[in-house]
Amino acid sequence: MSLISYVINGISLGSVYAIIALGYSMVYGIAKMLNFAHGDVIMVGGFVVYTMASGLGINPILSILCSMAFCTVLGMTIERIAYRPLRNAASSLAVLITAIGVSYFLQNIALIIYGSSPKAFTSVVTIPSLKLADGALTISGETIVTIVACIIIMVVLMLFINKTKAGQAMLAVSEDKGAAALMGINVNGTIALTFAIGSALAAIAGVLLCSAYPSLSPYTGAMPGIKAFVAAVFGGIGSIPGALIGGILLGLIEILSKAYISSQLSDAIVFAVLIVVLLVKPTGILGKQIQEKV
Amino acid sequence: MKRLLQSKETKKTLITFGIVIITYIIVEILMLCGLLSNQLQGLLVPICYYVMLAISLNLTVGILGELSLGHAGFACVGVFTGTVFSICMQNVIAASWIRFALAIILGALFAGIVGILIGLPVLRLKGDYLAIVTLAFCEIIKNVINVIYLGKDSQGLHISTTDTTALGMEPEGVVIIKGAQGVTGMPQDANFTIGILLILITLFIVLNLVHSRDGRAIMAIRDNLIAAESVGINITKYKLMAFSISAALAGAAGAYYGHNFNNIKAATNNFGYNMSIMVLVFVVLGGIGNMRGSIIAAVLLTLLPEMLRGISEYRLLIYSIVLIGMMLFNWSPKAQAWKEKMKVRILGKLKKNQKEVQ
Repeated sequence: MSLISYVINGISLGSVYAIIALGYSMVYGIAKMLNFAHGDVIMVGGFVVYTMASGLGINPILSILCSMAFCTVLGMTIERIAYRPLRNAASSLAVLITAIGVSYFLQNIALIIYGSSPKAFTSVVTIPSLKLADGALTISGETIVTIVACIIIMVVLMLFINKTKAGQAMLAVSEDKGAAALMGINVNGTIALTFAIGSALAAIAGVLLCSAYPSLSPYTGAMPGIKAFVAAVFGGIGSIPGALIGGILLGLIEILSKAYISSQLSDAIVFAVLIVVLLVKPTGILGKQIQEKV
Repeated sequence: MKRLLQSKETKKTLITFGIVIITYIIVEILMLCGLLSNQLQGLLVPICYYVMLAISLNLTVGILGELSLGHAGFACVGVFTGTVFSICMQNVIAASWIRFALAIILGALFAGIVGILIGLPVLRLKGDYLAIVTLAFCEIIKNVINVIYLGKDSQGLHISTTDTTALGMEPEGVVIIKGAQGVTGMPQDANFTIGILLILITLFIVLNLVHSRDGRAIMAIRDNLIAAESVGINITKYKLMAFSISAALAGAAGAYYGHNFNNIKAATNNFGYNMSIMVLVFVVLGGIGNMRGSIIAAVLLTLLPEMLRGISEYRLLIYSIVLIGMMLFNWSPKAQAWKEKMKVRILGKLKKNQKEVQ
């Protein structure tokens, strides 16, 4: 029975990673940049809900929606101010370093407003936990909500990308910016939209993460951000189903190695599996192989 | 000799060495006059360490052209091998400078070997994939070091991964590495003079490599891998060469840095990916492939947060804003065009003034 509960926990954690990884993956696919500040947008999303729901006593659903709106605006602002001017810079490293700067900036703003001590985050989930097999197996409400949210987001996003004009524009821009612009697609607008969606997803991930692990500090987002980035690479960066598979595998490996091998070495095991996967399949599980020409 | 000095590259190299030596002399004079606060004096060794890390990372990022986010991992290997060696040999080798030199060489050697082991499989990957795998390796190194317990008694070394009691040591034995609590009790041999000496050696090695036949091969790989391969350059060999030299230099820097403290732990903030990223910031801000720039950026960016200590709460916020601002100003095509325009305008005015004077 304990194995099943570990697996369910792993899928739940993996779902959070998958939602974060989606943001990474979409932004990477379209802007070809590693958005290191993505993890900190998660933290901001968590803090907005914390302030509204715990501080001001506003309805949790409403505060989640506000948090999503706030992060969307934040993501678009970051893209406009810090990333867009560097899109055609001589080195692709420039925008990476700016992203690191933005990450420091968000962490320190949160540090000044909320202080460094972790805050106790009250879970926004009100669903009671599910008891199966005469109480031997308990699935918490947070777990159910996380997994359901992840599935809904994946389905909606796939429909959005494949069925709508804006989604098709995103695919076109990620394929070839110049050609997309010639077809009359607003490239800057499409990239901004990608950042908006990614940041809104980050807000949701922040709430889910803090509900499952109820503590919130300015550094909460950093490690899940890196793990989600690993998940995105794992599944094949730029691919939406890849982010889902990568995220869930990562969550499973992390929880199972924590349970059965060593809690201190769980991160090392996660990263070791990543390395093995990349060595066998250098573009990730679902990544496309791009042939380079002279 | 005269012909040697005429070469542009040599001149540049000599200027870089000169800057380091002059800085050293100025700092020494300031210290003698007592003009350097204790706080700044305490920063001298870390600054030397960061400068060495920045130069060595620039070899990977600037010369080899591969993004590595695991540089702190190699420094971490250097720290632990170097300090463990020093503690073990404390009573065997009396002369502290020989022991320290051996510790640094050993740190470099170990980090270099780890660099080769990691580089062999990893350098097949490219770009961002390489970045994430180096980051992963850095985290693995940190995690593994955090579960190691190492002790020494008359029987020799004992190693365990559970706790101190599992080492099964004699009562008079000393525990050297205590898992997550890190390594304790190394001799504090590191000082500013040795740091400057190591910076000069690091610079000498890197600049010599860059200007050698091997260095040109490495840069050819950076500029166009397929073209380099087609003229018969052994890609794996040269990539591995640059990567492992960079790792070994980071290991030497780590071994030096480790001897600055009584206790050092492999925590997230000093040997995690954060640290690797900080070193990468030095390299990119100083100019990719530009060693002098790396040195200056490392010194300035280490001093900046300390200078801002008066407004302690906001110092890292200001640091991040300065970082973003500097990146935008240095790299965005618009800012570059604006700088060109200003340059032309100012030069034009100067010429006009000259004409009027005539």
